[in-house]
Amino acid sequence: MIPRHLIIGVAVMFVVALSTGAYVWHMQGSLAKSVPDADQTHPLPPPGNGPSEQVTLYVAHDDTGSLRPQSAQIPLSGGRQERAEQLVKTLLQLYLGESSPHPIAEGAEVRAVYLVDPGLAVVDLNTAFAEKHRSGILVEELTVASLVQTLSSNIPGINRIKFLVEGEERESLAGHADLSRFYDVAGVDRMISQMQTGQ
Amino acid sequence: MRWSSTRPRTGVWSTCNKTNSRTLDAVLACAFIVSSASAIFSFSASAEEKQLSIYSSATSYSVSVKPHDGQDYVALLELLQRLGPVTAKADGSRWKLRFKNSEAQFENGKTRVRIRGRDVNLPMSFVLDNGRGLVPVSALSILLPELLGKPITLHEPSGRLFLDNTAVHFTAQMNNAAPAGLVINFSSPVNPMIATEPGKLRMVFQHEAVVAPGSEILTFGNKLIPSATYSATNGAAEIAVSAAVPLFASFSNGGRTITISPAPQASPTAQSVAPAAATPSGQPQTAGNTITNSNLPVHYFVVLDPSHGGSERGAALSDDLAEKTATLNFALRMRQEFETHGLSTLLVRNGDETLTLDQRSGIANRAHPAIYVCIHASSEGTGIRLYTALVPAAGESHGLFIDWNSAQAASIDTSQSAATNLAAEFSKRRIPTRSLVAPLRPLNNITSAAVAIEVAPFTGGVSDLSSSGYQQQIAESVVAGILEVRAKLVAKP
Repeated sequence: MIPRHLIIGVAVMFVVALSTGAYVWHMQGSLAKSVPDADQTHPLPPPGNGPSEQVTLYVAHDDTGSLRPQSAQIPLSGGRQERAEQLVKTLLQLYLGESSPHPIAEGAEVRAVYLVDPGLAVVDLNTAFAEKHRSGILVEELTVASLVQTLSSNIPGINRIKFLVEGEERESLAGHADLSRFYDVAGVDRMISQMQTGQ
Repeated sequence: MRWSSTRPRTGVWSTCNKTNSRTLDAVLACAFIVSSASAIFSFSASAEEKQLSIYSSATSYSVSVKPHDGQDYVALLELLQRLGPVTAKADGSRWKLRFKNSEAQFENGKTRVRIRGRDVNLPMSFVLDNGRGLVPVSALSILLPELLGKPITLHEPSGRLFLDNTAVHFTAQMNNAAPAGLVINFSSPVNPMIATEPGKLRMVFQHEAVVAPGSEILTFGNKLIPSATYSATNGAAEIAVSAAVPLFASFSNGGRTITISPAPQASPTAQSVAPAAATPSGQPQTAGNTITNSNLPVHYFVVLDPSHGGSERGAALSDDLAEKTATLNFALRMRQEFETHGLSTLLVRNGDETLTLDQRSGIANRAHPAIYVCIHASSEGTGIRLYTALVPAAGESHGLFIDWNSAQAASIDTSQSAATNLAAEFSKRRIPTRSLVAPLRPLNNITSAAVAIEVAPFTGGVSDLSSSGYQQQIAESVVAGILEVRAKLVAKP
């Protein structure tokens, strides 16, 4: 005959196991509801609805192979990260326009900008941006320099920028500009000043 | 490293029930087995791809051989492209080819060809495959003399075609004086791929027309290095040296002599070796041209790196001109010009090969050149853009091992000096020139002076990039600029 205390022990353990299972099932359901489907996530926040501010965009010009500062009045929200995303989005809209001085491919987007560390900004580009980008040293260098300079000039405290494509590191933008490195703003300044004066 | 704007879903997976987990495991296992099998299959398929190597006085290259009805065929346009201006046009079942001043008409499925107004019969029929004209390899000995106007030598079993008097002969002799070694002298400089395995050192000559000595088996009557064999197959020649001990190879006499010696025993005293850039972890140091077990660095004055190649086409300069082709043409022209001035030159690639950036910098750094010149081409803008490296902030260097990403830092002044001289030479020839810095790999991984040249059309037309006159002008400017700064470009020991 099975001792009574053993039956009680097994029954208690059975109840505990059932309750744990029910709890895990419940948690799984809640978590699934809280994680949005990747397809439904929009990489960039909606355009800022804060007050308009004057910013300086550093616009690449293919005809001269240099950057030119251009003032723009855009609505910016309060957070630094949102401001950074709105800035690059505005710059890209300019490049996607009909009379673009530095055309980029249709569908090119910046998925997100992360300010992950004091001084470091991570710019996550989409596949179309890199895959359809025109290939060449200067044309790719202009794109990188334009993004770095626009971000670092308008968002105080950024001194390094890293580019990713669809969340992953990539060797180069379109066969030339190195995307495996972190871009020091000081180094890019030197690159740009030579671009402006290079014979 | 992966960054994502969506939250990770691992939490969901971890709470999946056991059955799902088992199913997932089974699916993953199947996927792994299938992908491994397909990888092995595709590797062996690519390893068995047949090649035909063509050797002329100006260049050497390989083209793919395609099987058709049990016969070996090659694309005639692809074969002739590197030998001179050639165009082809398909018109129904007919295919017209113009090479220099010769015109040839082929018809799909027919053996009769009309060349320069004369009918010629091929041993097998011509094939028109999606607009590409394929001719049997065995027919090349009939077709090419007609098209090129000169005799050729086709060695069909080994897949090698000799267009001019390009054969490279060699003699091998045992030097029994200490240190003993097998001395192989070649009639022209060579740059084989070298690999070692227990009891053997193999030298594979893909780009040099090395031909058989009197006997394909050479014996030396030496216990350590008893024999060597010559063989030629699939577009390459191989000299395999048998040995009872590990061997290493060293080059001398401007690449004309290779000495094979027993590898020295490890010495308790540290050897003095040239600083080497440490590659990123996990990056293999293998490349097209390697010297295995060699303690003696190979010296070249210039390393020319035609950017892109193989599956990496670079920019599409026009509908039928890829950047990889233009850069190789410029590099070949430059090599010829450098060698005319007696400067030893190593080409990082001499054919349509895919190389990683780390492989390119590995080849360049092992050659210890005075200068590394990377060649790019662009259809945008005009003239020349000269680049030196935008060197990232220096990482940690440990003794002889230099930080890979900032390996260029120590040579940047010399690189800029070389770029200034190059710019002056281009300006002398009235070629528009800009000097810039660029975040361009592998410039920052190179331990010697390093510049990149991006060649754009002279007047705005992409056809300039294929013009031999423009190529020559660029090559002459580069050589003159580098000769000007030669004293500063001290080759490293």
